[in-house]
Amino acid sequence: MALKKLGSQTVKFHNPPSIISTYTIVGPKEGEGPLKDYFDFILEDDMWGQASFEKAEAKIQEETIKAAINNGNLTNQDIDFILSGDLLNQIVSSTYTARQLSIPYYGLYGACSTMTESLSLGAMIIDGGFADKVVCATSSHFSSAERQFRFPLEYGSQRNFSSQWTVTGAGATILSSTGDGPYITYATTGKIVDKGIKDASNMGAAMAPAAVDTLITHFKDTGFSPSDYDLIISGDLGKIGKSIVLDLLKKEGYDLSNNFTDCGVEIFDGEKQDTHAGGSGCACAAVVFNGYIYKEMKKGNLKRVLLMATGALHSTIINQQGESIPGIAHAITIDINKD
Amino acid sequence: MEYIRAFIVGGLICVIGQIILDTTKLTPAHILVTFLTAGVILGGIGLYEPLVKFAGAGATVPILGFGYSLAQGAIEGAKSNGVIGAFTGGITATAGGIAAAIIFGYIMSLVFKPKTKN
Repeated sequence: MALKKLGSQTVKFHNPPSIISTYTIVGPKEGEGPLKDYFDFILEDDMWGQASFEKAEAKIQEETIKAAINNGNLTNQDIDFILSGDLLNQIVSSTYTARQLSIPYYGLYGACSTMTESLSLGAMIIDGGFADKVVCATSSHFSSAERQFRFPLEYGSQRNFSSQWTVTGAGATILSSTGDGPYITYATTGKIVDKGIKDASNMGAAMAPAAVDTLITHFKDTGFSPSDYDLIISGDLGKIGKSIVLDLLKKEGYDLSNNFTDCGVEIFDGEKQDTHAGGSGCACAAVVFNGYIYKEMKKGNLKRVLLMATGALHSTIINQQGESIPGIAHAITIDINKD
Repeated sequence: MEYIRAFIVGGLICVIGQIILDTTKLTPAHILVTFLTAGVILGGIGLYEPLVKFAGAGATVPILGFGYSLAQGAIEGAKSNGVIGAFTGGITATAGGIAAAIIFGYIMSLVFKPKTKN
């Protein structure tokens, strides 16, 4: 019997895991954005003394996880599992981070949806009684993503106006079976939704239908309405994706115009920072959640938040072969109260 | 006057590229290959020659001019060496440009490291 299953795609945690510590590291550009005061550490140089962008990304993730563990007054031995992932081939940033930490490791690939994928699974592991403390983490780096998914930087290509800016940074959350919140109370796992969009420089439009599907399913499964949340925030739909979601939801009879936004829209100042459609990447949802949202919830300014990281699960090879971009979105309810 | 003609023609070629980039889904690589191929075809049927005479470097420096040189080289090669010349002529005519691109590209890659865009 799936005692904790609610509706078609949601689980309700009976012993909601508590977030006991978070940490964020961001690159210089993110450190100049509107949310700069919420990040724990801002890099002056996005290479951070490493020989390559990929090695720099792995270092950013490693230092983020170490600092999150340290922030929670814990040691590596206190952590039962790391659940982490990133955008690079074979999720190397996460694997090479886990190599340094000697903590049992599950590598995840959810592209930019990784933050809520790891938080959902981490919460299930803890509520299921399989662990007391779990680290959920992810990272991305503008330059490593740019050369894997788009063009080598040396090539100097122009960026399309619908394209988004991959966030450089990492975020880590420590979930615990005990603690005084905020708590993860519900998780809605997304289905793959693919409406046939093939343009890899317009990810927001490719992921928006998945976001809409998960949001509507979440409201149906839980019986909540949009007004039950102080904030509903998607991961990296950007300006284009955000407006598509608002339009599609309006047609379905849900009005989110007052309390919905997107991490990719909030993290950069689109006018001043020339980021076009907004931020993207695994770290986009990760640093906005572990920085801005967590700290605002701790202060009591936000009481109930629906965080929904969104992912585009294609590869450049299959995309070049003519396949479209499958989108996914996983949502979690974070509440300062247990019920 | 020659400089102005070169500037206008070279600039217009780039404007065409920019318009394609902004209004279609084509990537810079698509446009590069399309322009190169267009240069070969226009050069082969003799339509690019007048533009080179009119604009000089304005027509030969853009990638269209490289295609034009390939076509001219292949035609010249065919005239002097027959079928083999048609195959070798294009690269022979453009060998200077290709070698310069490789050598200077290699030197630049040693001198400069790629950096994140601002």
